[in-house]
Amino acid sequence: MPFKRRVLSFVSFAFAFATFPGIRPTQAQENPYIVAYDHNLEEPANLEVEYFSTLGTQRGGPNFHAFWGEFEYGATAWWTTEFYLDGQTTFGDSTVFTGFRWENRVRPLKNEHWINPVLYMEFEDINGADKILKEIEGHDVDSDFLVPNALARSERKHEAELKLILSSNYKGWNFTENTLAVKSLDNSPWEFGYALGVSRPLTLKGAAQRCNFCLQHFIAGVEMYGGLGDRYSFGLHNTSHYLAPGLAWNLPSGWTFRVEPTFGLNDQSHQFMLRWGVSYEIAGFGQKVADMFKGKHE
Amino acid sequence: MSEPRFVSVLIVLTAAIGICGAVLSRAEDVKQESVYAELTKAPEKYRNKQNPLANDRGAAAAGKVLFEEHCEDCHGVGATGGRKAPSLRAKEVQEAAPGAIFWILSNGVVRKKMPVWSKLPEPERWQLVSYIKSLSVSESTLNKK
Repeated sequence: MPFKRRVLSFVSFAFAFATFPGIRPTQAQENPYIVAYDHNLEEPANLEVEYFSTLGTQRGGPNFHAFWGEFEYGATAWWTTEFYLDGQTTFGDSTVFTGFRWENRVRPLKNEHWINPVLYMEFEDINGADKILKEIEGHDVDSDFLVPNALARSERKHEAELKLILSSNYKGWNFTENTLAVKSLDNSPWEFGYALGVSRPLTLKGAAQRCNFCLQHFIAGVEMYGGLGDRYSFGLHNTSHYLAPGLAWNLPSGWTFRVEPTFGLNDQSHQFMLRWGVSYEIAGFGQKVADMFKGKHE
Repeated sequence: MSEPRFVSVLIVLTAAIGICGAVLSRAEDVKQESVYAELTKAPEKYRNKQNPLANDRGAAAAGKVLFEEHCEDCHGVGATGGRKAPSLRAKEVQEAAPGAIFWILSNGVVRKKMPVWSKLPEPERWQLVSYIKSLSVSESTLNKK
């Protein structure tokens, strides 16, 4: 299927979801992180449809625009599952679909604790042209992106990714630490990476009237992420690292906007990336679908 | 690990997650003790907590807005109960210590589909408690008793 048709299908699908009769939006309370995860899972039966975009600079080659669509569903209060579709445009080269990802996050502990663990499992079926930088692992460096799309997309990557997410909420602040381990199927070694994040709403009290621009709807934060080498060369040598301050705006109408200017911290990193995202949360989506197949009970 | 073996492991893992999810959610449906029983499980430390916004006149109004934004979909308009979650006008809730309600909000009842609301800052959770405690016990709830 041509790429444009795939994008059109995705947009139509998302639009159909958002306009489905009886679908109600609900306000999300999303942190501004684009790479790091905290321990807050999707509410049960809610569906969040998301689009993210990364405009990146490239040393010695054309800049790029990578993007992905994401469907995040709260299967239960302790299990969230997500499906991603990735693509990218390399300026002066081409636009390509780069694959899909399926991730699951499970909260093993019943109650809230000082540190809340979440287990993360992901399967990726992507090609070598993928540039969304949803995580940095192993020896990922900016020169990896110099390969032309026609050549890069011929490389297939089947990877399993595991993360341990440790996250805390304290006096309105969220602190999160993610450790990741990735295993490719082609017998390449385990690769490692990390992401750290801290965020806080601009005010901790809610306003007494509905408003879009109240400070409570804005959450500011900063995240840092990078690679930690692989099993045979663990450490910071030949790895890339990024620092990204960000802002999330959670509207009562169910929309969330996120923006995150991202700065490369060493010579192996892309110097600058502008990342942004928009998402829409649909309340009780699973219930609606279940009702559709069950018929009316009344 | 070879690709076929990896794919097999992945399929088994996925099936296991799905089966566990289905079994557990079924168990959640079957174990209908009282939906309000969780309130009695709040640790004493929380039950004895006073609402720091008890004297804040605007707290209940702000809590109402937060309720409409985050809770109404499950607990129903005016907290009278919905398809997914019980009424918060029930005697059990209205007579519960504010700290016990705060504890439920902070910890959720994840095995019974009540999400954790610790992502809302503490003052917002107390505003929600103020709103919930400002509601009267509904007649329909009393009639059910």
